[in-house]
Amino acid sequence: MNSLYAGLFRALAPEAALVVAALAVIGLDLVAGRRQTLAWRLNLAVLIGALGVLAAGVLVLATGPVGAVFGGTLMFDTLAVAVRVGVLALMLLTLGVVTAAPLSRQPAEYIALILFAGVGFLQMAVAQQLLMAFLAVELASLSLYVLAGYDRSRPESAEAALKYFLLGAVSAAFLLFGFSLLFGLMGSIGFGEISHVLGYQAMSPLLAVALVMVLVAFGFKAAAAPFHLWAPDAYQGAPTPSAALIASASKLAGFALFWRLLWSGLGSVSGQFTAQHNYPGWLIVVALLSGASLLLGNFAALAQTNVRRLLAYSAISHAGALLLGILSAGQSGPGPLFYYAATYGIAAAGAFGVIAVVERHGRCQEITDLAGLHQRSPLLSGCLLVFVLSLAGIPPLAGFFGKFAVFAAALQMAGIASPAGWLTILAIALSAVALYYYLIILKQALVSAPAAGAAKIPVPRAAALTLVVAAALLIALGIFPSVLLGLF
Amino acid sequence: MNALPWTIYVTFAGALLALLGGARSASLARGIALATAVAGLGLSLVAAGNFVPGAGLQTLVDVPWVSQLGIHYHLAADGISLTLVVLTGIAATAGILFSWNIEERTGEFFALFLALIGGVYGVFLSADAFLFFVFYEIAIVPKYFLIANWGSTRREYGAMKLALYSFAGSAMVLAGLLWTYAAGGATGFGLNELAAAAVTLPHTQVVIIFALVFFGFATLAGLFPLHTWAPTGHVAAPTAASMLLAGVVMKLGAYGCLRVAMPLFPVGFLAWQPVIGWLAVVGIVYAGLIALVQDDFKFVIGYSSVSHMGFVMLGLAAANTRAVGGAVLQMFSHGVIAGLLFAVVGRMIYERTHTRQLAELQRLPLHRLLPFATVVFVLAGLASMGMPGFSGFPAELTILIGAWKTSHIWALVAAVGVLIAAAFTLRVIQVVFFGKVDPAEVAAAAAHPLPPISLPEKLGSLLLLSATVIIGLKPDLLLNWIMPALQSPLFQAVLKKGTP
Repeated sequence: MNSLYAGLFRALAPEAALVVAALAVIGLDLVAGRRQTLAWRLNLAVLIGALGVLAAGVLVLATGPVGAVFGGTLMFDTLAVAVRVGVLALMLLTLGVVTAAPLSRQPAEYIALILFAGVGFLQMAVAQQLLMAFLAVELASLSLYVLAGYDRSRPESAEAALKYFLLGAVSAAFLLFGFSLLFGLMGSIGFGEISHVLGYQAMSPLLAVALVMVLVAFGFKAAAAPFHLWAPDAYQGAPTPSAALIASASKLAGFALFWRLLWSGLGSVSGQFTAQHNYPGWLIVVALLSGASLLLGNFAALAQTNVRRLLAYSAISHAGALLLGILSAGQSGPGPLFYYAATYGIAAAGAFGVIAVVERHGRCQEITDLAGLHQRSPLLSGCLLVFVLSLAGIPPLAGFFGKFAVFAAALQMAGIASPAGWLTILAIALSAVALYYYLIILKQALVSAPAAGAAKIPVPRAAALTLVVAAALLIALGIFPSVLLGLF
Repeated sequence: MNALPWTIYVTFAGALLALLGGARSASLARGIALATAVAGLGLSLVAAGNFVPGAGLQTLVDVPWVSQLGIHYHLAADGISLTLVVLTGIAATAGILFSWNIEERTGEFFALFLALIGGVYGVFLSADAFLFFVFYEIAIVPKYFLIANWGSTRREYGAMKLALYSFAGSAMVLAGLLWTYAAGGATGFGLNELAAAAVTLPHTQVVIIFALVFFGFATLAGLFPLHTWAPTGHVAAPTAASMLLAGVVMKLGAYGCLRVAMPLFPVGFLAWQPVIGWLAVVGIVYAGLIALVQDDFKFVIGYSSVSHMGFVMLGLAAANTRAVGGAVLQMFSHGVIAGLLFAVVGRMIYERTHTRQLAELQRLPLHRLLPFATVVFVLAGLASMGMPGFSGFPAELTILIGAWKTSHIWALVAAVGVLIAAAFTLRVIQVVFFGKVDPAEVAAAAAHPLPPISLPEKLGSLLLLSATVIIGLKPDLLLNWIMPALQSPLFQAVLKKGTP
């Protein structure tokens, strides 16, 4: 028994590091922050937070893929390690964004909440059991709700948090309901046992209800259409670093958990939908969510004038592509899905980072607020170019290869004459539509003249470093995709 | 031959240096850009010097790139790619000479210009379909910014239309290639591997895939009725960008049709051959007739480009060795001549007179004000009409002879197109340069002479003119490279089937 717990503690050391860092942030701020300026307190909090995240990263790598831990409750495989490192990297990126964003009045608590959300993300990456999965998702979500409503000076922030929270709570109810039905039917909460029991149990109406509940809940969390309604408001109203975190780390961790639950837990009721075989299962529901998200995300984004709402709809369309990655991951493994989610996270968080820096020196809500960025800050406009083109999927940036790998996997799965094949063709066609709205952003930033009286934007050193590293990562991963794909 | 991959690397490095140098001074950026383009041209000529013509692609570099998907970084060249690489070097050098007067954001202009050129070199040298596609898309984005930022008439509209057309076309290509890869069970994206995979597919699928890939590429080649981006894009673009668009970017599309679509899916080509042939000849005549009635000088040249590219597509559709060889020669010839025409219209005339309306230009005594521009345009116009002694003549003649073997009626209609080309070219020469001069304008012109033609403009004109004259007098220089390349098994698979 002792060795069991020892193994658990070793495996969970990264989470512990984050919690310690979060407590240290709050404690130090209480002790030393009283007489200091806001900026000083923020920098201290970010510094400690970043050290905590780095320590967690070292611990993750030191533990490595040790396999099942604590009686199969947690699974530390290659995917888990990769996702944990990816999540921590995206958190570092978010922390870098925080240093450039407008100051909030309680910087320490803000950083601590980001770290607590991180604990949830790390747990999502390894959960191998329904209860752990639920706890991890809710720990992350509760932190994110508060982060979304953190800016008390703007009513939009409160609105964002309220919408996010209400719809999130409903989805948590769906998730719990679906999980309890699964437990009732299978008599177990471990993914392994569920998969085992499903091996000799046919599809039943109650199981179908449970599956739909779970998928609806994940649809909410991933902002997939038609459960996306919270996303545009949350992205628009939330403080920019919060939006960056919601768009990046939470997506990566969420899709990793989704993959694990669906394929390693419920893989045998995935169903099949080729021309020859047609069994009902969850694949078809995921395919519908994917198609709806691709269509709605891309077409609604065309009509946006607010850059954050535009990024939200772009996130919905990317959720559609990620769901396509989930579909095809049964055959290709999680490699393409992980590559796509990780590189999408970098690009999305980077784009929000640029918005955060601009916002510090004036409004940054409408796309036109970015006008003349090339004169106001060449560095920011260069980084924005990389991030947006990666979102658009232009080679040699990572966004292109992510799409390419996911599409290739989807086509290889069941050929062209299957829902996955049609979805791939749809997604490729819609990528041409998407280029339009991405170019609209870039036109303002790189072609249009700045508004009268718009001053140059000085970029704080930490934020500049973060954004440049993120942009360089997108280029490097795009040119050498094997670095990530080769892991699996 | 081993110098060829360096054209890509040198050009991308030059783009980065021009961006950095532009932050210091505009003339530094210009110098870097010109040095880069000349280096690219020099490298391609060095490679041409020790090139041994033969059938099939000669591998330059081949290393595994993304082993999980069987993607290789595989560069290779044959006589066709070499011809187009040399063309790219000439067009890039001339384009930079004709944009010597860019003062606004000079560094960024040349960086984007060179990034586009680097992508074009990459496309012409790729032997792996994935790599081909990557370079093809790299060439799209710089075009948008070059036009939207430094362009003229309705530049944002023209730029967006061009970018969306190009990207929609490349999305079709991507769909077709991925389909072949997945459904055919290919282990990699090499052209030979994909061709082998395509053979295993059922006939209907191959017909659909061919249409996706071919018409995707043909969008960029300006095949009627997918050409509508071309006139607006050319007109909106700054001079150097128009020169590149007409000179090399449209060739990317035609090259994609020839290198990827036709050899990979010969069966699909056979099914679509009549459609492509008719679209090509209709495009030749239609664009020629439109050019005949334009009021804007640059639109005339824009539509003439579409018409001349119709000859390239006709050569491909005729699908015999002679016609396809003529098509490649026409790609080179049109690249040089269109560059020259756009340079005269956009740089020499428009930037001095600030008008492109034929009615207004008619009143100016241009042959006295700008004698150099007049001579260059008349020569380029003669070349464009297909006068013997210039490169347009052997190219279009070869295409027509080849097309006659496949279909008499195509050749006849296309020959009418040659007459129309003569008509619209002579019309603009007459109206613009030797029109009815308004005596008041002569007096005004004497008081305010136009700025003289600068040295870079003269050098650029000489470079392009000598290229068209040399190839016009000795087309064998290129045909000796092109014809052996068409003997490769991949090309013969489609050329034998396509000829009745």
